[in-house]
Amino acid sequence: MTTVPAVGFQHAAWLMLAFPVFGAVVLIAGGRRTDRWGHLLGVLMPIASFVYGLIAFFALLGYTDRSRDVHMFTWIPVNGLHVSAGLLLDPLSMTFVLLITGVGSLIHIYSIGYMAHDPGRRRFFGYLNLFIASMLLLVLADNYLILYAGWEGVGLASYLLIGFWQYKPSAAVAAKKAFIVNRIGDTGLLIAVFLMFSTFGSVTFTGVFGGTRAAGTGVDTALGLLLLLGACGKSAQVPLQSWLLDAMEGPTPVSALIHAATMVTAGVYLLVRSNPILSLSPTARLAVTVVGAVTLLFGAIIGCAKDDIKKSLAGSTMSQIGYMTLGAGLGPVGYVFAIAHLVAHGFFKADLFLGAGSVMHGMNDEVNMRRYGALRKFMPVTFGTFLVGYLAIIGIPPFSGFYTKDGIIEAAWDKGGTSGAILATAALIGAGLTAFYMTRMVLMTFFGKSRWEDEVPAEHRETPETGTHGAAPHPHESPWVMLWPMIVLSIGSIVAGGFLVINGRFAHFLEPVTGAVPASHGIITTPGLIALALVVVGVAAGWLMYGRAEVPAVAPPGRLLTKAARRDLYGDAFNESVLMRPGQWLTRLSVYFDGRGIDGLVNTAAAAVGGSSGRLRRLQTGFVRSYALSMFFGAALLVAALLAVRL
Amino acid sequence: MSPSAYVTLSVILFAIGGVGVLVRRNAIIVFMCIELMLNAANLAFVAFARMHGNLDGQVIAFFVMVVAAAEVVVGLAILMAIFRTRRSTSVDDASLLKN
Repeated sequence: MTTVPAVGFQHAAWLMLAFPVFGAVVLIAGGRRTDRWGHLLGVLMPIASFVYGLIAFFALLGYTDRSRDVHMFTWIPVNGLHVSAGLLLDPLSMTFVLLITGVGSLIHIYSIGYMAHDPGRRRFFGYLNLFIASMLLLVLADNYLILYAGWEGVGLASYLLIGFWQYKPSAAVAAKKAFIVNRIGDTGLLIAVFLMFSTFGSVTFTGVFGGTRAAGTGVDTALGLLLLLGACGKSAQVPLQSWLLDAMEGPTPVSALIHAATMVTAGVYLLVRSNPILSLSPTARLAVTVVGAVTLLFGAIIGCAKDDIKKSLAGSTMSQIGYMTLGAGLGPVGYVFAIAHLVAHGFFKADLFLGAGSVMHGMNDEVNMRRYGALRKFMPVTFGTFLVGYLAIIGIPPFSGFYTKDGIIEAAWDKGGTSGAILATAALIGAGLTAFYMTRMVLMTFFGKSRWEDEVPAEHRETPETGTHGAAPHPHESPWVMLWPMIVLSIGSIVAGGFLVINGRFAHFLEPVTGAVPASHGIITTPGLIALALVVVGVAAGWLMYGRAEVPAVAPPGRLLTKAARRDLYGDAFNESVLMRPGQWLTRLSVYFDGRGIDGLVNTAAAAVGGSSGRLRRLQTGFVRSYALSMFFGAALLVAALLAVRL
Repeated sequence: MSPSAYVTLSVILFAIGGVGVLVRRNAIIVFMCIELMLNAANLAFVAFARMHGNLDGQVIAFFVMVVAAAEVVVGLAILMAIFRTRRSTSVDDASLLKN
């Protein structure tokens, strides 16, 4: 990877970061004074970044050298560790900038309507801006240390937003869980940065990637695995997946933002950005593909069983990010399709989440799909956009998912060998499962008979405090400020995939980052047809179970796998028994050792001194004559000793 | 008379003084026994000075007398103070610091 210095107005690239940072600072520091116009400022800032991003993007298209390094200032000028804060404008980072600010802006606009009745709306926009700023810093950084700063900022912002309704204990716990699980992944990334510095003496992308070949496979594998650990934490991949489902405690726009534009995409970005390291280590690549394949099945199975519309979508995100991770382990073709799928996913997942939010908005914040039904008559626009998102995610041509997801399946298919066959099978099964659970979601929400009751039980509401108690939910369409972002996103869901993939447009665009991509075999391929067949099977199965048959309003007990999937495939139980309980035992053991061992030693020594002093004290009788006697004996002893020596 | 007889006498006197200090309770008697021991030592010094034919022992005997006089002054003063408060000269009664 070679970079050339930035030219012209690219020096102002810091503006992209400055806008959302400014918004966050004003809204968070400004307090209640900014309540009245805070949300407008909050919306304006990401849009401003988006506009700059668009200009920078088209300018970049005009250059032959597309990797531009914008030097801002020297951050750490210590001898031997020279870190300069710089931004990297290249095809990969610009793709992310447009996705983050574009989809992010739409979610901001949607939030104006969604959070209209929330007293903390201004604070909410402050945090959203902080999220956008951190994510932009992450993708624009030209070295791993700045990237790490953005990485941590994303973690902080997600903590603040997941726990936005902090008066709900479940939200507070979910926020902490997300933060702590992410911390495990962060440790991996941090150690990777240490290792880079000690091996290459540099943490810049150019410096690190320039030295990877000379460093040897051992270092490259270690780096690859550590980066994978970091990516697992941020992108909710097995084994660090448990936080994502709980993260649904945040307001729905946050879920959309986390799942579509920011946060979970950071792990995939990290892996693709570090492709020169991965390409030199087959072991690390294999680990990446295994994690991706396991997660895509894991998430899909969970998505099939959840009755909570947001949690089902969260399982779906986990699964789709699994596809991207799988792609990130499959070499240049995989990198391109991982990012293409990420962009397409950004559109249709944001669309689906905002659709789910719109449904909940009209249903008194009810999240249980068994209490929906027949909503297509009440919410035609929401239904239409949701349907587009649905067709895009299951991969019906010509919607986005068809092009990008099939690209990853094909890349796995083309890998060859036993591992390739297993990975391709997993990806194909995942495609069928995706079709099943998404069909289930659409049928349960928009078709069938209405199943809502007079009052929504508090535990099925997103916010226990809002909503009119005792009143029947009267499903209604959401305001236009919420609807038109969904319409824009659904248009993106239709065209994005085809636009990127047809004629290898995106592959050519990303070439400076991922390397040259061999010519693809066109749109219709064997694995593509198998995937399509499995999708049809999935849709049919979904229709048989939830379309033709009546959906019970109370969840049936379910079989073994359903029960397991409802409990997130025992992810939490596993963490609890393998990590939490031994941890508690360790703590207790330490406390015991501290009390009995260390304190015991000190206390015993003190007691020994005290006891022996008490006994020695008895010698002091207070009688002068006894002292005189002991003096006498002492003197006699001294004289005897002197005589003994003399003689 | 040979000087060794004086040394023998001084040993006897010292032993009497030492036993007196250890067994008697009356502080006055204890004091007198201490004087006896000091004078036994003086006698030994003088006897040895005579035996060795130099004056060192005699000089030290003078020093011992001076020290003994000073010691008696201080000791008797303490004794008076104790007697005034406790109406007793028994050394065993003056064990108040113990508790």
